[in-house]
Amino acid sequence: MTKRTGVFVCHCGNNIAATVDVVRVAEELGREEGVVYSKDYVYMCSDPGQSTMAKAIKENKLDGVVVSCCSPTLHEKTFRDVTEEGGGLNSFRCEIANIREQCAWVHSDKPKATEKALKITKAAVKRVQHNQSLTPIGVPVTRKVLVIGGGIAGIQASLDLANAGFEVILVEKNPTVGGHMIQLSETFPTLDCSQCILSPKMVEISKHKNIKLLTQAEVKEISGFVGNFKAKIHQKAVYVDPETCKICDDCAKVCPTVVSNEYDVGLTSRRAIFIPFAQAIPATYTLDESACLGLNPVVCGKCAEVCEAGAINYDMRPKVITEDIGAIIVATGFDLYGKENLGEYGMGKYSDVLDGLQFERLCSASGPTGGHVLRPSDHKEPKNVVFIQCAGSRDPETHCAYCSKICCMYTAKHATLYKHHVPDGQAYVFYIDIRSGGKGYEEFVQRSMERDEVMYLRGRVSKVYEKSGKMIVLGVDTISGKNVEIEADMVVLALAMQPSQGTADAAKTLKIGRDKDGFLAEAHPKLRPVESVTGGIFLAGAAQAPKDIPETVCQASAAASKVIQLLSKDELMHSPTVAKVRLSHCTGCEMCVQACPYGAIDLGAPSNKARVNDVLCEGCGTCQAVCLRAAIDVKNVAQVQIHDMINACLGV
Amino acid sequence: MAKVEQTAKDETGFEPKIVAFLCKWCSSAGSDLAGVSRLQYPSNAVPITIMCSGSMSPMFVLSAFNKGADGVLVSGCHPGDCHYLKGNFYARRKIYLVQKLLQFIGLENDRFRMSWVSAAEGAKFAQVMHDFVADIKKIGPQTRLKAKRP
Repeated sequence: MTKRTGVFVCHCGNNIAATVDVVRVAEELGREEGVVYSKDYVYMCSDPGQSTMAKAIKENKLDGVVVSCCSPTLHEKTFRDVTEEGGGLNSFRCEIANIREQCAWVHSDKPKATEKALKITKAAVKRVQHNQSLTPIGVPVTRKVLVIGGGIAGIQASLDLANAGFEVILVEKNPTVGGHMIQLSETFPTLDCSQCILSPKMVEISKHKNIKLLTQAEVKEISGFVGNFKAKIHQKAVYVDPETCKICDDCAKVCPTVVSNEYDVGLTSRRAIFIPFAQAIPATYTLDESACLGLNPVVCGKCAEVCEAGAINYDMRPKVITEDIGAIIVATGFDLYGKENLGEYGMGKYSDVLDGLQFERLCSASGPTGGHVLRPSDHKEPKNVVFIQCAGSRDPETHCAYCSKICCMYTAKHATLYKHHVPDGQAYVFYIDIRSGGKGYEEFVQRSMERDEVMYLRGRVSKVYEKSGKMIVLGVDTISGKNVEIEADMVVLALAMQPSQGTADAAKTLKIGRDKDGFLAEAHPKLRPVESVTGGIFLAGAAQAPKDIPETVCQASAAASKVIQLLSKDELMHSPTVAKVRLSHCTGCEMCVQACPYGAIDLGAPSNKARVNDVLCEGCGTCQAVCLRAAIDVKNVAQVQIHDMINACLGV
Repeated sequence: MAKVEQTAKDETGFEPKIVAFLCKWCSSAGSDLAGVSRLQYPSNAVPITIMCSGSMSPMFVLSAFNKGADGVLVSGCHPGDCHYLKGNFYARRKIYLVQKLLQFIGLENDRFRMSWVSAAEGAKFAQVMHDFVADIKKIGPQTRLKAKRP
């Protein structure tokens, strides 16, 4: 027990003083046992307030400090710093009594609020009188980063980190990096070719000495804590040695199995042994296990027969890779909203109703039609194309309530590209609102309307149906107030963006939260937008919310800089408020060992009594609640402190 | 809200003493949010912030009743959302047993309560406070476990 406690009561202007009689609180606390100094001040956190506090600690030789003010989340650090740096007293000798959020702001009756503030402050005094001086525990950090997802977000974050000198492990579920961006033909608002700007970055990923790329791999397990995670990564067997594969295409020519090509969103097909696209990274063919006839030379084995380089090996097995890492960036991206949810637009029923990504492939020079916009059904040039925005977005009753943000822009881009390909065609866009915030975005949309004569119709489409061999789009133009029927040769839906399946899986594996729509939850929507609530795990890209490429790149670089900030220190400071065993009371019953969520307690030789690993202990106190003999306590939140606080709260 | 407080007092004049154990990561943060949102609730409960509802020893509950509390509240993170992975599951099991024990001793059920309030649920925190105080006002002072003092 300490004997010289000082109490500082803050008015917070009128925030506290209007409801709590702060002068009385200070006076009455001054008469408490062990309190030698008590003072109220208008703004404790201001510069003069802090100086008063530092001076009082020194002059009165205080050995414990209570600041009765706002929530500890705001100024606990401020006042602990003043205690240590200004007052020369260990920062863990300072405790906060929250009389603003938990008292002054939620009550209006001044006498009652004052009573409560007295109890809260007295409880904090009781607590601080048992506090010990503690020093944060330095924990070495692993200067290696795990990036999950190899789309543009993961690529950008990996390159930033690798260029800053950190080792990166980039894990991608698919056979190549590039994500959705590599499927795009051109990007708004400048109409840069997507492959031209992304491919060099992909190559850099494969060549960078600091980046270890694991494709066809998934993170299955994460343990540990910030600075010291352990990841278990499963990598599928690829059956082709990337080092020896010459990318000659001999194998694919003889492969008898044909399946739908994911890269072209089902518009073309591929073989069971394939390369996703010419610029794929890693540059190698890969064998799709689920499509192959059996990985067995007796059944087929044609590809292995023709491979001159001898790169194909059916005996490859899946690998489990374990890596020590210091931080994680989750960049698992988005999927398009399921077309099966939008039956009224005929997707899946009519082959000329496409989603945005399919249309990108049709416009792309590397796409199924070599860059000519042709109808999938009869390979003719469509003369009337209807683009439907908000297909699945902004529809809280039946679909997603949120705005998918990028569709206004990419629809304008699609319509423009279409006009460039088919100058005598007509593009129609059904929209609710045009949201074109961004550098050069509004001008781009205007250009599509004026120069490319895209017809914008404000209203929704109710259905797409077939009448005498023609597709009819039935919608409404709310400006003229009339129903509109358009004979369309092709319909393109701007489907909503939703978090990818990989995002849901990653959230589960990493135990990080998701918001109501399933996107990854950030620690603070405004001030900590790239951090998850778990220390050391950061977010980037469309897994966190719908966003376009520039925003994704921004967030990826931001996440990388947060990681650099975290890992640039040699040691991370771990809170010293960890559990401590009273060996005289411990009987080695192992109740705490079993209860500890972090596996931080074991029985130690020679006496076989509980022993705490300070680095693993997070100070949750689950152990102290199960110990029958009160032999284990969390430092500075010990049971004796809680009992004393209970007394103070009840005025005993 | 102040009006609710007033009417109840007029009827009985009894102001219950309540100790509220709040998990630092959720309910305490939720109470901060109630404060920032200026949601008014009765001032009877004095909060003690603990690291995790899982650190809630049954002794704390008994001690509070022994020292004259009319009600004890433990508020933690929603099951599955524990900041420390699984502390609130321990709390839930333990608190169920403590409730059984208190019933066996003959204490009214309503005097001891567990609630799940996340950091985003300021309004829920205020509601929990309203309900708990109102319920205890109905039962009256707690004498069963209160230590007899000379």
